[in-house]
Amino acid sequence: MKRKILVSTVAAAVAMAPALSPAATTVSDGIVKLGVLTDMSGTYSDLSGPGALEATKMAVEDFVAKEKPDFKIEVISADHQNKADISANKAREWFDTAKVDAIVDLVTTSTALAVMKVANEKNRISLVNGAGSTPITNEQCNDTTVHWAYDTYALPVGTARAVVKQGGKSWYFITADYAFGHSLEKNTSDVVIKSGGKVLGSVRHPFPGSDFSSFLLSAQASGAQVIGLANAGADTINSIKQAKEFGITPKQSLAGLLMFISDVHSLGLDATQGMYLTTGFYWDRNEETRAWSKRYFERMKRMPTMAQAGDYSATYHYLKAIKAAGTDEAKAVMAKMREMPVNDFFAKNGKVRVDGRMVHDMYLAQVKKPSESKYPWDYYHIREVIPGDEAYIPLAESKCPLVKK
Amino acid sequence: MDIFGIPIQALMGQLLIGLINGSFYAILSLGLAIIFGLLNIINFAHGALYMMGAFCAWIGLTWLGLNYWVALVAVPVVVGAFGMLIERTMLKHLYQLDHLYGLLLTFGLALIIEGLFRYRFGISGESYPVPELLSGGFNLGFMFLPKYRAWVVAVSLVVCFGSWFIIERTKLGSYLRAGTENPQLLQAFGINVPLMITLTYGFGVALAAFAGVLAAPVLQVNPVMGSNLIIVVFAVVVIGGMGSIMGSIVTGLGLGLIEGLTRVFYPEASAVVIFVIMGIVLLLRPAGLFGRER
Repeated sequence: MKRKILVSTVAAAVAMAPALSPAATTVSDGIVKLGVLTDMSGTYSDLSGPGALEATKMAVEDFVAKEKPDFKIEVISADHQNKADISANKAREWFDTAKVDAIVDLVTTSTALAVMKVANEKNRISLVNGAGSTPITNEQCNDTTVHWAYDTYALPVGTARAVVKQGGKSWYFITADYAFGHSLEKNTSDVVIKSGGKVLGSVRHPFPGSDFSSFLLSAQASGAQVIGLANAGADTINSIKQAKEFGITPKQSLAGLLMFISDVHSLGLDATQGMYLTTGFYWDRNEETRAWSKRYFERMKRMPTMAQAGDYSATYHYLKAIKAAGTDEAKAVMAKMREMPVNDFFAKNGKVRVDGRMVHDMYLAQVKKPSESKYPWDYYHIREVIPGDEAYIPLAESKCPLVKK
Repeated sequence: MDIFGIPIQALMGQLLIGLINGSFYAILSLGLAIIFGLLNIINFAHGALYMMGAFCAWIGLTWLGLNYWVALVAVPVVVGAFGMLIERTMLKHLYQLDHLYGLLLTFGLALIIEGLFRYRFGISGESYPVPELLSGGFNLGFMFLPKYRAWVVAVSLVVCFGSWFIIERTKLGSYLRAGTENPQLLQAFGINVPLMITLTYGFGVALAAFAGVLAAPVLQVNPVMGSNLIIVVFAVVVIGGMGSIMGSIVTGLGLGLIEGLTRVFYPEASAVVIFVIMGIVLLLRPAGLFGRER
């Protein structure tokens, strides 16, 4: 389906008088321009989309107010429609004619990989948040990409380990039949087996699907204690809804391997209660996360997903690195981004590794019962903090060519 | 007992689920067949109207406090009236033109309706609860059958065969069928053909909305739920024979069963099996299984 490419421009910053600053930053074309390239209206528009743009704008406003930079910052945006060719073309156009310095968000793996490549050729930076697959910082890593909020290694690892530890030893997978689903299933199976559980089988469903009852029936017949949902978005939502209908839950439990708070919100607690999931961010975790999230809520009327909060954090860190480096040249900025720890409401002592992965703590959450939820968006118990070094692929196992062994 | 290595219990379960899905296909393709039969319009907006039905049920429940049973009656009327408005203001100008114009117009409408809902409700959609009276289920021994799914099959069969009976066996139905054959002659007998056409379109749309209300408790109500389904439903109509009432009902149920079987033996192929059958049917019987060559 054709959707009008939406381009909105926001002039977000005013330059301070350069005379006041000790050493003026030299930025190309006198302006730092961020391009938010995301899914504005499709399947992933609730988890990234307009919220990603708003979070990026908030980061710019806060940075200008707090750090008083001596350069101008501007944010533009476009809908990449989850298509690799469209996003690569848009990125090329932005780099060549619109003087964009960094691209933010990128919500499917295919678009992220396509844009990362173009950005690297043009010596510009990609701040990936919405997309999750591991090749972004593994086989296909490059030295101008940072991957921020989560990946498909960190999520299932946390969830599977915790669920096995809680006694969910036997697993059955309902897997979306494409590369993403297969890799999610494989990553999770490995962890389940390593943690002492066993995998009884799996069923692959066509993507996208709407009726999952036959697949759920197979999962039910397997007798597995845990049904792992190696799919995403609407597929996960419908699987959970129908599992409840067919009386599968609560006898067998479900593990969502890629779930966002937006999914829980749209399903409601009645259908999702008790589920385990791993997230890179939860708005109601502490004072700091609440303060920021409430500001975000004021603007979007929804609480942020980990991708949207990650967009803010990544953008802010990027701008700070420009200020510290005194230039917006990609390699110099990347060096500063790696050098400076990430300390904000999103991450504590987060670190950008050589492969581009921003390593930070992840959180194992359990969805609350409806009776435990006291106010809107009060959805998770945080059951465990998974230290960043355990959550993400260790550098020793990395296939990224930038990692020296 | 096993059949081709599949336990017979699993097979029965999957067939039953196939039948449930088949009843959705039947009710949607029936609406399309009725509309195509009389109006010669390939109603591409059918999926969007089905989605509208589901959303109207949700809106009724959440904003107005109208329960499922009220929605089951009221929503098809409201959405059907919306359909009649479309017919009066837009479609009626296209009857003399090629099929393609109607298809393009309704396709455009589908995109607009979907876009509006997406703008207002977001992509993840809303959750509609199963009505109290129909929650829970029966243990059939070989599977757990949710009461609601049993209700879906029963009510779809009643509506489908009821529609068939009205069209094929009553006087009103004979006017409709005469209208598809020779509208000028029917007009000459004093029947208000334009009104009949408007009402027929409204009825077809109401069927789509009815299916939407039926689907709301089992599927997440989201703006793209119709576009996921519409292509399959079109394949059902093509296999059954464009415009054939019985064809669309029988094919809808039959293809649901075949899809269910595919999910047992080779789940990866379950999304394409209907299109493979469509290809074969088009090669061997271009007018469809129940259609007549024109």
